[in-house]
Amino acid sequence: MALMMKPAVSGNGRPEASFETIETRLTFRNYPGDRFTHSDLGLSVADVGDIYRNMLLQRRFEERSAQMYGRQKIGGFLHLYIGQEAISTGSVYALKPGLDSAITAYRDHGLALALGMSSNECMAELFGRADGCSKGKGGSMHFFSKEKRMFGGHGIVGAHIPLATGIAFAHQYRNDGGVCVCYLGDGAVWQGSFHEALNLASLYKLPVVYVIENNQYAMGTAVDRAAAETDLFKQGISYAMRGSLVDGMDVLSVCQAMRDHVELARQGEPSLVEIRTYRYRGHSMSDPGKYRTKEELEAKKNEDPILRLKSYVMENQLMKNDEMDAIDEEVKAEVAASVVFAEESPFPPLEAIYEDVYTQKNYPFLKY
Amino acid sequence: MAELQLREAIRAAMVEEMDRDEDVFLMGEEVAEYNGAYKVSEGMRDRYGDRRVIDTPISENGFAGLGLGAAMDGLRPIIEFMTWNFAFVAMDQIINNAAKIRYMSGGQFSFPIVFRGPNGAAGQLAATHNTSVEALYSCFPGLKVISISNPDDAKGLLKSAIRDDDPVVFLESEFMYGMRGEVSDAEDYIIPIGKARVAREGDAVTIIGHNKSYWRALEAADMLKADGYAAEVIDPRTIRPLDWETVLASVRKTNRCVIVDESNPFASVSSEIAFQIQARAFDDLDAPLKRVTAKDTPAPYAKNLIEYYLPSAEDVYRACREVMYLD
Repeated sequence: MALMMKPAVSGNGRPEASFETIETRLTFRNYPGDRFTHSDLGLSVADVGDIYRNMLLQRRFEERSAQMYGRQKIGGFLHLYIGQEAISTGSVYALKPGLDSAITAYRDHGLALALGMSSNECMAELFGRADGCSKGKGGSMHFFSKEKRMFGGHGIVGAHIPLATGIAFAHQYRNDGGVCVCYLGDGAVWQGSFHEALNLASLYKLPVVYVIENNQYAMGTAVDRAAAETDLFKQGISYAMRGSLVDGMDVLSVCQAMRDHVELARQGEPSLVEIRTYRYRGHSMSDPGKYRTKEELEAKKNEDPILRLKSYVMENQLMKNDEMDAIDEEVKAEVAASVVFAEESPFPPLEAIYEDVYTQKNYPFLKY
Repeated sequence: MAELQLREAIRAAMVEEMDRDEDVFLMGEEVAEYNGAYKVSEGMRDRYGDRRVIDTPISENGFAGLGLGAAMDGLRPIIEFMTWNFAFVAMDQIINNAAKIRYMSGGQFSFPIVFRGPNGAAGQLAATHNTSVEALYSCFPGLKVISISNPDDAKGLLKSAIRDDDPVVFLESEFMYGMRGEVSDAEDYIIPIGKARVAREGDAVTIIGHNKSYWRALEAADMLKADGYAAEVIDPRTIRPLDWETVLASVRKTNRCVIVDESNPFASVSSEIAFQIQARAFDDLDAPLKRVTAKDTPAPYAKNLIEYYLPSAEDVYRACREVMYLD
């Protein structure tokens, strides 16, 4: 008689594979470009206009920051998000503002603006001014907004992934229905923190979506030079986590994918999304970009997510030319005003150096 | 006064704080089902359930960071490391995230979290299991570092640490978990962070020691007493911020000082204490300071070598006699 055994289950409650029943237990979805219309997503024409504006603001803001960097108004590193805007915007439109949480790595301007942080506070932060979102103490890589539930802006590759897991833990602990979305680059997949965090999230069934923004290069190292398995969404398999592959140059595909995954998270199932995208600028301002060809870059520029949405709007006659132009002008004016705001904002006073280290007001700093 | 083991005092502090604040939870390796690798959390899972007493896989970097993310959103985690030796893989989380994000966010996000576990030498475990980490973590503004030497301080300071809105590194000791001592049964017993304890008053020499080194300091003071000298013994209790006023007042009284610190000597807590005393009380010193530390080597395995490696009461006694110009 066969030994009676209770059915084996893995840590997250799924049935464990046995030698007799090895099967693929995880499903992957595909979200290619041009599959979804705005009506499929239930978006109004006004929503489409907002989405266009949201992406364009990031683009113009960063073009202007690059210019200001050249004029030495901005110091340190400046990592531009240009080309990836469909990811920040598309996913933010899948979140509940004020409830859900977001956290990202150092290429953070786009997400900050997409979440509704103001151009003024963001530009002032780049300028290192007192009115910056982080009071001039964080700079480009460290945008934060407690109000918008934007948990940063993190400069150490992979270090924010466990934080995201903990933010999701807090949502679950309080049972508030919120979800945390964690953005990371293709390079961060090869940090141990990614793997530890995914295992913990799956084990504890935390409401989190890990979004790999695969822009093809970890600084100058192409994915296939760093990854033994270049389908990064498959990393979820080891953690009993579902994964999807998304065309990151189509904001509607991103939005649909993120809605699906955020809903999974809300039901207590963490998951992994790989969004394939492309950054048009260098890794940072000092990058000559010799690791890729001009032809590759030009070819990718034809997929520009902002131009793509514009064409979609035109082809479908959703908005008139002058309506689109009005958005362009409005965005341009907002960004120009943010530069004036940043210029006029004071530098942080020297006394501020001892502020914000501790919550304790009278901490006895060593001054000998 | 109740007599408790050190582990019981730590547990009592956690239980009292978890009873009074729903946002406090305990997470770590073997803390729940196994009841704690050193039985510190014994019975806590039965009391609070799996929601608030949580076992983790062996992923220190992952669960330290998970705790920080939860703290960033306002929960108050207690993260137990089975020993601080295992937390080296989590140093990125503690140093880059716990210590610095509050500053980089302009004060928007703080980290009311306690990382706790045993620190320092724990016997014949060889080099990787015998590290003293207090100097390492004390290097980083943004962290607070507490190192306790007895059950009473453990309870009062851990309760303070759990309530503190800043991240606290709380250092215990495998060797001392079973040590018994009187613990105040005052309701809601709190010892403020950043206050040293003058354990014994004297005028002949100041001996400073924390954690196990405090006991070596006390033993040396007994030996000096037999010689007819009254040593003043100070347990800093908090390493960052250190209570310089108490240390300096004592040195100004005794004019001589020996620091006992079981860390390796280079850039240790004893280095900083010695620097501060010479900078701020140079004219009060009648003799150069001395310190007694672990040897400047990794910790050895062999019994005779590990005993030789660590500061002994005899070493401290001899150092005191030297600064007193008795020998």
